[in-house]
Amino acid sequence: MFDVIFLQFLNGLDKGAAYALIALGLTLVFGTLGVVNFAHGALFMLGAFCAVLFRQLLTMETITIDPTQLSPWGAPLEVRAPLVQAWFGDFGAVLVNYSVPASIIITIPIMLLVGIGLERGIIKHFYKRPHAEQILVTFGLAIVAQELIKSFFGPNPIPQPMPSDLRGAADIGAFLGMQANVITYPIWRLVYFLFSFIIIGGVFAFLQFTTFGMVVRAGMADRETVGLLGINIDKRFTIMFGLAAVVAGLAGVMYTPLLPPNYHIGMDFLVLSFVVVVVGGMGSLPGAVAAGFLLGILQSFASMTQVKALIPGIDQVIIYLVAVVILLVLPRGLFGRRGVMEA
Amino acid sequence: MTQPNVVLHVADVHKRFGGLHALADIDLQVEEGQTHAIIGPNGAGKSTLLNVIIGKLAPTSGQVVFDGTVLTGRKPFQINQLGISRVFQTPEIFADLSVLHNVMIPALAKRDGAFKLNMLGSLEHESAVRAEAEHMLEDVGMLSSQKDRAGSLSRGDKRRMELAMCLIQHPRLLLLDEPTAGMSRHDTNTTIELLKKIKSRGMTKVIIEHDMHVVFSLADKISVLAQGRIIADGTPDQVRGNPKVQEAYLGGEVV
Amino acid sequence: MRTMTRNDLMLLLGFAAVVLAMPIWLQPFGAAYPDLLQRFMIFGIFAVGFNILFGLTGYLSFGHAAFFGVGSYAAVWSFKLLSLDAIPAMIFAIVISGVFALIIGYLSLRRSGIYFSILTLAFAQMSYNLAYSVLTPITNGETGLQLTINDPRYLDRVFGDAMPGQPVPTLLGQSLGGFTGFYFCAAFLILTFFIAQRITGSPFGMMLKGIKSNQTRMNYTGVNTRPYTLAAFVISGMYAGLAGALMAVTDPLAGAERMQWTASGEVVLMTILGGAGTLVGPVLGAWIIKYFENIFSALNDSILARFWSFLPDGLDHTAVVVSGKFVGEGWFLTLGLVFVLIVVFLPGGVMEGVRRITTLVSPKSKPPASPESTSPQPQPAE
Repeated sequence: MFDVIFLQFLNGLDKGAAYALIALGLTLVFGTLGVVNFAHGALFMLGAFCAVLFRQLLTMETITIDPTQLSPWGAPLEVRAPLVQAWFGDFGAVLVNYSVPASIIITIPIMLLVGIGLERGIIKHFYKRPHAEQILVTFGLAIVAQELIKSFFGPNPIPQPMPSDLRGAADIGAFLGMQANVITYPIWRLVYFLFSFIIIGGVFAFLQFTTFGMVVRAGMADRETVGLLGINIDKRFTIMFGLAAVVAGLAGVMYTPLLPPNYHIGMDFLVLSFVVVVVGGMGSLPGAVAAGFLLGILQSFASMTQVKALIPGIDQVIIYLVAVVILLVLPRGLFGRRGVMEA
Repeated sequence: MTQPNVVLHVADVHKRFGGLHALADIDLQVEEGQTHAIIGPNGAGKSTLLNVIIGKLAPTSGQVVFDGTVLTGRKPFQINQLGISRVFQTPEIFADLSVLHNVMIPALAKRDGAFKLNMLGSLEHESAVRAEAEHMLEDVGMLSSQKDRAGSLSRGDKRRMELAMCLIQHPRLLLLDEPTAGMSRHDTNTTIELLKKIKSRGMTKVIIEHDMHVVFSLADKISVLAQGRIIADGTPDQVRGNPKVQEAYLGGEVV
Repeated sequence: MRTMTRNDLMLLLGFAAVVLAMPIWLQPFGAAYPDLLQRFMIFGIFAVGFNILFGLTGYLSFGHAAFFGVGSYAAVWSFKLLSLDAIPAMIFAIVISGVFALIIGYLSLRRSGIYFSILTLAFAQMSYNLAYSVLTPITNGETGLQLTINDPRYLDRVFGDAMPGQPVPTLLGQSLGGFTGFYFCAAFLILTFFIAQRITGSPFGMMLKGIKSNQTRMNYTGVNTRPYTLAAFVISGMYAGLAGALMAVTDPLAGAERMQWTASGEVVLMTILGGAGTLVGPVLGAWIIKYFENIFSALNDSILARFWSFLPDGLDHTAVVVSGKFVGEGWFLTLGLVFVLIVVFLPGGVMEGVRRITTLVSPKSKPPASPESTSPQPQPAE
């Protein structure tokens, strides 16, 4: 029995990690800017498509027709030469193999630009406007983003292969001294979990140990006071929005091998992530992370056949059910502070 | 004189916020028909006391009794239905609605109670309520701006309208939280005149105020609050001469 | 019932005339065919009902499609179990969606602001997910609930008029296809518009506006706000159920996708686009969105090529490619862009635009007397 439970626990980790990363960004934006960002899921989706774009760039080929050679059908032979190999030689092949993690290189600047552009262009005009209008404008932006992606990349999911070295499963059970081959876990999921750990740790360290982070934390606690100190908090908040976009984008990039991205992947995750943020407590960063993992793991347990047999349909509604119960019983969520979005 | 009838009794109220003793041992009796002012320096606990009375904050111990009914633990709308209205430090009004509708809503709430599914009637045909509202607006001198959007009024006008919103409910007790805060001298004087005018109607009032000019023009009785305690209690003349009060006001502001 | 004011009566009559004459005046726009007209009516009702909640109380529900879907399912079940007549189906759908709204509203309205939005969203997503999974016996899952020849239809059987062939919904024996179906829906739109008008002008409606404007003051005015908001929620849920039932009447197939949160988002878009808090705005928003959805989705590259053919060679090709991104499958991109622009520049929607233009054209005319009609900006319910 223990191994079954442990396996479900592990299975919940990667989804939980994705929830935690998205919720972290949502909370950063909400906590610093006070904006309810319905476009945050779209940022996750854009990140995922950075990986797709990167791979498409890497696998671009020149097609030349070599009239001296003939194909078995007698037609002139097409010679396909991957551009990347022409440029980088053997390293190109490695790059293609590792295209998903390597695409982080382009994801960071792209997402930073997207985030800062959004904040300067539109979001900043909505700080003083009601939350309902913030929801509406970001909802509209999310539609625009996903439809743009749809019109360039098509409506179907585009699978992204994971690097060949990281395919397969790790025998965690054996590693922990249990029977071999009882608890095996796909390596990429493990990678995703560790990756999310690094990102989350990085964000927390950044907020904890840098002057920039200190000002932002002070700003989250009391925006007006910090403004009075003469610190240009708005500029820092713009960067925070960019950072949140990068975190969401990176979460998207690394998730592509687990779930082939399509244009509405962001919306699917957004609804859940809002639930995560609310469960964690609006404006609480540790709450968002904890709730992300908690809900991911709960979802994994709810999809066990034994549980489903007990309560039919529970796997479909567990997250929403938890959200409803938490909201009604603990309106501030698990870690929420007093006075944040107080009803 | 007949036996004074105590309308509001704040009995042994304590309020703690964590380690901070915001209110200690407050015992306050407000007599019917009187204007009772609560004064005190900043941070003395005046607003906390008002919030305890109105049910926004629960006291740590003690209770508030209004005309034999315990207010502690009741919701704001229930307290209002008992006959207590409140004017806020920053006017709480319906900024998106017209001045007339701002005053009609409390009149409807007074007539229909806390909830009535009054869907078939038409506001256009509520002539009695409308007439009452117009009359009230005339009383506060705002009839001419009855069609204006309330949010666009000056601060003084917002205050007068808020007063009209409270008065139209004919409350038995009116609570005023710094009714002249942030007002110009002129607006302050008009407000004092207005409050004097309604004083003659025998309504009981509790007023929290900073401005000594306002307090001594209006109050029948004054309680002085300092560091969460009542340090003096009495008629304006008694309070004026009390050395403890002068000390609390930093070496005695001349009043 | 007391008589209405002259302005209200004129508005109602004008609205009814515009609606009933739609098959005529929409002819030049190429939209005067029954299928589209029915959708105009149905989504008009949906938006009018949504506005009773969002426009009057300021509570932004992101789960109203659930009631629409419940209405559809209830109506189809009535066709299957009771009778093919539309009347019992409508009544059944309104009652069921009302009960559903009562339960969800009772729980969701314990919170306000964004928490309320998320609660409604969570409930709607739960309904949607369940409709696709364990509730398949009721909803028939992905296939959708349909009428079959073998349905019991107990009431019809009692009266012995079992119809041969493929069952279709009727009204007192009359088939509800084509323009009959349109007039049937139009009657409901006018009726629901009238009810919304009465609610808006009633003391109850005034209280709702007060709640939207300042809930704190409302509490200190002695008003128990929760039953008011709950009543508004249930009414608007019943409107959604009615719209869903009409959808089932005109096309007796109910699928879970009608409950998805994108469908909830659509009614929010309609209301905002037209002008939340106004009477006519939401209906206009619904019509505009459904009209352009119809036009834009039908456009394809060859039509665009003809349209741009006046441009020089090469340029026309670029124009076709660029504009092609915004039509057909790309219609939602256009919708999203328009929506963002509306929220940024014209939060009062089309109605505010109309008002701004009229004040521009006739600068002498005074601003409208009643201010709440000039400020339909949605406010959070806090």
